Amino acid sequence: MNRDVIICRCEDVTYGEIVDAIDAGLTTTEEIKRILRCGMGPCQGRTCSRLIARIIAEKTGAKAPDVPYPAVRPPTRPVEIGTLEEPGAVRIETLTGTGDEE
Amino acid sequence: MRIREHPILDFQKGPLVEFEHDGRKLEGHEGESIAAALHAAGVRVLRHSIRLNRPRGFFCAIGRCSSCLMTVDGVPNVMTCVTALKAGMRVETQTGKGTIPDVRFTEAPSDPDYPRDLGSVPLAIVGAGPAGLSAAVAAGRLGVECVVLDENPVPGGQLIKQTHMFFGSKEHHARVRGIDIGEILLKEIEDLPVSVMTGTTVLGLYPGKVLALLRNGRLHRLTADSVILATGASENMLAFPNGDLPGIYGAGAVQTLMNVDGVAPGKRVLMVGAGNIGLIVSYQLLQAGVEVAAVVEGLPEIGGYHVHAAKVRRAGVPVMTSHTLLHAVGTDRVEGAIISEIDGDWRPIEGTEIKLEVDTICLAVGLTPNCELASQLGCDEAYVAELGGRVAIHDTDLETTVPGVYVAGDASGIEEASTAMLEGRLAGLSAAAKLLTRPDADELTRLRIEVEEGLRALRAGPFGEHPRAGKQKMVELARSCGGDQ
Repeated sequence: MNRDVIICRCEDVTYGEIVDAIDAGLTTTEEIKRILRCGMGPCQGRTCSRLIARIIAEKTGAKAPDVPYPAVRPPTRPVEIGTLEEPGAVRIETLTGTGDEE
Repeated sequence: MRIREHPILDFQKGPLVEFEHDGRKLEGHEGESIAAALHAAGVRVLRHSIRLNRPRGFFCAIGRCSSCLMTVDGVPNVMTCVTALKAGMRVETQTGKGTIPDVRFTEAPSDPDYPRDLGSVPLAIVGAGPAGLSAAVAAGRLGVECVVLDENPVPGGQLIKQTHMFFGSKEHHARVRGIDIGEILLKEIEDLPVSVMTGTTVLGLYPGKVLALLRNGRLHRLTADSVILATGASENMLAFPNGDLPGIYGAGAVQTLMNVDGVAPGKRVLMVGAGNIGLIVSYQLLQAGVEVAAVVEGLPEIGGYHVHAAKVRRAGVPVMTSHTLLHAVGTDRVEGAIISEIDGDWRPIEGTEIKLEVDTICLAVGLTPNCELASQLGCDEAYVAELGGRVAIHDTDLETTVPGVYVAGDASGIEEASTAMLEGRLAGLSAAAKLLTRPDADELTRLRIEVEEGLRALRAGPFGEHPRAGKQKMVELARSCGGDQ
């Protein structure tokens, strides 16, 4: 495949970069994610994990079903930081160091 | 391009309102997605990618892929495919990761109208599509109180875009259009102890069956005794040169755009994939007045029902098997596609390339079950190719390896809406059997046999071969995990 083909759209990771990473010895989706960031963008790997698993399988001779996907953690969707504010309990000022510090 | 006349659909649109796009005044219908309003106005490029500065449009149209992020009213990274248009909105093409706007942190006052903890419920159902709603009907009829959670503004899941009539027998809603089935299911739950919470995203599923919910921008906690995951599926992406150009959409996105928003995806479309979805969406495109240049299918035979293929062929659309999409042509948007014949090993045959003049490429290359919540909770998973990929291992009650957590519909393996409805009922019955203190065993057995017979009937025949094999593998996997004793 053409090296310039985009595999991870969120983080703009190309086929060539993934193949190079595999050649350098990174043979799991988790390792490739940590080095290249594919799967760390806002879609959390929903678009690319399957493609990357298949590329790993092709390059290493493993069967695609045997290539594990990266761990899934909450939240399932990107959320705004303000969502985490808790009325009456969390004062965001203290986080910036300008509010009451008790 | 708005669809003015449609043989089946009558689009109910909000009032026309003005909004701003990169300083330019545009008009759109209030309540439709920002991405749909922009598409109708001819805008295809929504952002430029973060590292390589490539133009991007939307791809999935259901808030999954994040290809559509824009800056709205100064806030970056807004998913415009699922954000409703409001009058006066300031929408900007986003470049890179966006800039955090100036914000002033103020003390959050206590808010008695904001119950963070929503308490507990016997049964929480995630997803108000065919499987989730059917689960609610089955459990609700037995007197189990349940809450159905769905991130979309309206319930119905993907049914709300299905204009075709369903196959199967009458009791499985055959000859009824998908768009009407959702309504029927909602009617059925009206008198039951079921509440449907739309606009509610389940962000996390934690041990103890604690669900983190996002609703109107606020977090809530809900605890359930049992959980049914009816979270559906995501569309598969295909890797090919220029595969990220604006104008390349998943089949579900095309359906959303034309059957929900009433916006034509383009003038001339190349369909990739001749499974049922590819064929049905091709026909729906023709109904919406859009030309379909060709349907290409890598396999030597079409994957969908021949009835659907025949309808498309009769309309003059070539359905080309053993053909693949080599690459998309265009700089800022799709201007064409190069297809070619392939040999038995999926290698392009030199000299068979054809350039098609198309402005849209629709990918109907399969679906992957959504099993993030099951993964988060630690349910055992397995890759079962016949079910579309990785799924939570489940026994014949549809219970995962975490007791009291069930999967149903596409989330438990890709099939059709008719099977999703029956699986939903099965999961609802299984959950109810455990939740009820004094269940009527005979009634439960009768209901269960009815559902199992229905599933057997729907999975019979050549098109049921994959799910049948997949579900059989699942039974064995569940046994080896200690389930289904």
